[in-house]
Amino acid sequence: MTPNNIFKIENLEKKYGERKVVDIKNIYVNNGDFFVIVGPSGAGKSTFLRLLKYLEEPTNGDIYFEGKKLSNPLDVNIQRSISMVFQRPEFLKRSVFENVEFPLWIRGKKDNEKVEKVLGQVDIGNLIREKTSSLSGGELQRLALARAMVVDPKVLLLDEPTANLDPYNVELIEKIVLNLNKAGKTIVMVTHNVFQAKRLASSAGLLLNGKLVEVGSADTFFNTPKDARVKDFLEGRMVY
Amino acid sequence: MVNNELLEIIFLTLRVSGSALAIACVLGIPFGLILGSEEFRGKKIIQLLISTGMGLPPVVVGLVVYLLLSNQGPLGTINWLFSPSGMILSQSILAFPLAAGFTSSAIAAVSPKLIIQIRSMGTTSWQEKITIFSQARNGIIAAVLAAFGRIISEVGAVMLVGGNIEGHTRVLSTAIVLETRQGKFAFALSLGFVLLGIALLANSLTYYFGGQWEK
Ligand SMILES: Nc1ncnc2c1ncn2[C@@H]1O[C@H](COP(=O)(O)OP(=O)(O)O)[C@@H](O)[C@H]1O
Ligand SMILES: [Mg+2]
Repeated sequence: MTPNNIFKIENLEKKYGERKVVDIKNIYVNNGDFFVIVGPSGAGKSTFLRLLKYLEEPTNGDIYFEGKKLSNPLDVNIQRSISMVFQRPEFLKRSVFENVEFPLWIRGKKDNEKVEKVLGQVDIGNLIREKTSSLSGGELQRLALARAMVVDPKVLLLDEPTANLDPYNVELIEKIVLNLNKAGKTIVMVTHNVFQAKRLASSAGLLLNGKLVEVGSADTFFNTPKDARVKDFLEGRMVY
Repeated sequence: MVNNELLEIIFLTLRVSGSALAIACVLGIPFGLILGSEEFRGKKIIQLLISTGMGLPPVVVGLVVYLLLSNQGPLGTINWLFSPSGMILSQSILAFPLAAGFTSSAIAAVSPKLIIQIRSMGTTSWQEKITIFSQARNGIIAAVLAAFGRIISEVGAVMLVGGNIEGHTRVLSTAIVLETRQGKFAFALSLGFVLLGIALLANSLTYYFGGQWEK
C-alpha cells in the first residue's frame, strides 16, 4: 500500500435484497485527486459515496482510508476527516451561521472567524444571520459546501453538488471546489453531468449498474476511452 | 379573611400543579426522547399505553390512587391520602403520558435524513441526542403546555384523593365545584378567572422564553 492512497477499495459490493447496486473491483483515490464518477441516474453513485463514508456497510469487500480498514461503527476521527455534501442537504432549524458552526461545535472548536471566512468563500457572507429557510436552492447548496469545508477535512465527498441549479450557481460552485482541489484538497465527486466531470476531474470513471466500466486519468478517460460504453456515454448516445 | 383563604388556595394550586408538572416532565420528557428515537422490543405496546394514557379519565386515576393510598391499600402506610402529596402523585400520573407522548412525537418528527447527515459529521451519541432535542424544541414546549393544561384544569382526581379539605387540600378547581354547589356563583366565577389567568400567564411565559430561546 502506497502511503499516497487516501482511499483504497477492494471488491466492494453492496446489495439491497438480492439486487447488487454497487460492485467495484479495485480502485484507489490518491492524495490530491479530484476523482469524479459519472453515470446515469440509478447507477449506484450515491450508494457508492455513502459506502465511502460508511453510512452503509458493504455487503462484501473492504474500504481502506489512509491504510486503515473501515469498520462499523466508523472511528469518529475518520468520520470527522471525511466531509460529505449530500445530494439533498438538510439543515438545522437555526441560522446560517449556526449551521456552519455546528461541525466545529461537535469538535469542541467553535470559531467565529472561521465560520465567517468560509461563508465568504462560498459567497453567502451577507446571509450569515438569516434562517436557512429563507435561502434559495443555490445558496443552500453553497451553505452545504461551507458546512463541509469549515472543518478542513482530508477528503470532500460531493454528491451531485450542482444538480438542479442555475448556471450562475453551477459556475460558482465549480470554481470553489476547483480552488479547494488546487489548494490540495482530495475530492471524490459523483455526477450524471459529463460536461461538469470534464471541467473538474483529474481522474474519472464511469459507473453503470453498479460496475465501474473504466477508470483512468481525466485525459485518457475523456479523450481516448477504451470502452465503447464510455464513448457512448460521453457522447450522449447512451440510452437510459 | 376571604382574601387570605383565596391566597392559600392559589398558593396550594400552584404548589400541587407545579410539582406534578415538574415530576411529569422530568420523567416524561426523557422517556419521550427515548421512545421517539430508539428502537426496542415492546415499543409499539408502550406507545399504545402512552397514547391511551393521554386520555385517561381523571376520576379513574383518582380512584386508583385513592385505593392505593387508602388505609387498606398497598401504600396506605405513607399516609398520603387527603394530602397535597397524594394530589401531586395523581396529577403526575395524569400528566406523564402527555409529556412523554408529545415529546416522543416531536422527536420522531425530526427528519431522519437530517439525523443521518448530522451523524455523518462525526457527532458523539450525546451530541446527536442534544441536537435532535433542540430541533424538536417547539414540540417539547407544546408537550409541557399540554401537561400543564391537563393538570391545572383537573378536578376529578384532586377531589377524590385530596378531599377538598379547607386550608389543607382545597385547590382552585375543587373550590370552584364547592362554591358552585353552594350557589355562590359570583365567587366561583372569580375563582375561574384566577384559574384562567394562571393558565394565560404560564402560556405567555412559555411563548416568551420559547421565542427567546429560538433566536
Ligand atoms: N436504501 C435502499 N434500499 C433499496 N434500494 C436502494 C436503496 N438506496 C438506493 N437503492 C437503489 O439502488 C440503486 C442505486 O441508487 P443510487 O445510488 O441512489 O443511484 P444514483 O445516485 O446513481 O442515482 C437505485 O436503483 C436505487 O433504487
Ligand atoms: Mg444519486
